[in-house]
Amino acid sequence: MKRLAILAATILLVGCGTATSQGDQSSATPSATVSPSATQATLGESIVFAAASLNKVFPEITGDADINYSFDGSSGLVDQLKGGAPADVFASADQMNMDKAVEAGLIDGEPQMFATNYLVIAVPAGNPANVTGLDTSLDGTKLVVCAAEVPCGAATARITEANGVTLSPVSEESNVTDVLGKVTSGEADAGIVYATDATSAGDKVETFEIPGAKEDPNTYWIALVKDAPDKAAGQAFIDLILSAEGQAKLAGYGFGAPQ
Amino acid sequence: MTRYPRWALVPTGVALALLGIPLVGLLLRANWAELPGLLVSDRAVDALRLSLVTCTISTLLVLALGVPTALVLARTDGRWGSVARTLVTIPMVLPPVVAGLALLTTLGRRGLIGGPLSAIGIEIGFTTVAVIVAQTFVSLPFLVISLEGALRASGSDFEAAAGYLGASPSRVFWRVTLPMAAPALASGTALSFARALGEFGATLTFAGSLQGTTRTLPLEIYLLRESDSDLALALAVVLLAVAALVVGVATHLRAWGSHA
Repeated sequence: MKRLAILAATILLVGCGTATSQGDQSSATPSATVSPSATQATLGESIVFAAASLNKVFPEITGDADINYSFDGSSGLVDQLKGGAPADVFASADQMNMDKAVEAGLIDGEPQMFATNYLVIAVPAGNPANVTGLDTSLDGTKLVVCAAEVPCGAATARITEANGVTLSPVSEESNVTDVLGKVTSGEADAGIVYATDATSAGDKVETFEIPGAKEDPNTYWIALVKDAPDKAAGQAFIDLILSAEGQAKLAGYGFGAPQ
Repeated sequence: MTRYPRWALVPTGVALALLGIPLVGLLLRANWAELPGLLVSDRAVDALRLSLVTCTISTLLVLALGVPTALVLARTDGRWGSVARTLVTIPMVLPPVVAGLALLTTLGRRGLIGGPLSAIGIEIGFTTVAVIVAQTFVSLPFLVISLEGALRASGSDFEAAAGYLGASPSRVFWRVTLPMAAPALASGTALSFARALGEFGATLTFAGSLQGTTRTLPLEIYLLRESDSDLALALAVVLLAVAALVVGVATHLRAWGSHA
């Protein structure tokens, strides 16, 4: 029984610490093109810490190159870098976490913006609650948003205030994947997610644009890590993401161009 | 008292360090000076109240369903007994998110049972009821498993004697079986409560997260890591304290029960 008691306490703690940062699911993956072999050679085996939302598009951009990716929530990645985890490149899904990394002295040189993403309203296919956009049609529906503590929730608060709308969501999730999951499963009538998330959900969702969202996008930043084991490979990776080819692939997944 | 070989102390020391040091690390990092101030904040109070209320209700449900189940399982052998026992054990070993998905696909709006319920206007998702269902689902096995072992190990002769003396099965259960299993019942109840308190994945997946309605302590801690790590650690300390209290009380009850 004592053993069981200790087991219970452990489960309790593990349960609290379980992170569920999940990547986006893509339904339509364009065929991968092989990167020039010269690029692959310089890319080497670079170690890339990247935001979870990049977990489909980055491997496609790098093709057959042998990159060691670690996809996780941006704030979790900053924590890992602070803890001394080895990485050549850090790609953040928002400016705040890149700023945190810079302030902590983890970054070499200036971070560069490589993509943008903006909020949309996603509803389950068939739009069962007859939502018409960011307006009174959302009243009384099961609306799910990101909590204000996380970047997508902060952006949601900004854009709704700019539109003079007050939302009364039934749930404030801790990441955008959980919001999307509630919409694709039909549990929620509507959710506010990033355009890329809606793209990845394919025909399971319908989307409505939010006025002003494109003008106030979420920005993605990439930078070389100060203690990078292989700076040349890291720089080659960054150059590839910023290249025309990299940008075209990002656009294919619904990302906007850097502004 | 059975003696143990001396070498057993070495792995025991390692095990205790493995289990104990992370807790010490957590306690050392907590901001003790501001702990009282942090804990009276609105969101901390809401999360703690919601957790205690839902865990109390789910533990009562677990008792109402689990005690008879443990009795039936303890007195059932053969194939159907093992099938039922396996079924009861599965939620214990399921990853929390899988438990959440299972509940979602069953009780969700488009689920096996949730669909028809939704058609008559009953929707569980995003309500406190969903939290209680998730907690009951994951904590029920802990009571059944700990109680079943005790019921199986003890009681049969006394039960038989009570039966020969003319007591009905229900009377035997209340007057003989249950009192003899009281220590196991106490620790099983405590384990269930503690498991319900720590429930995270199924709640997150199935119930959502809204302050005062579905955002229990573990969900609040998970969310606060992003913005206010001091408050997250403070709430983690509270969760640890409540869990230690519950398990400690159960251990005492068990000791008291076995001396009686």
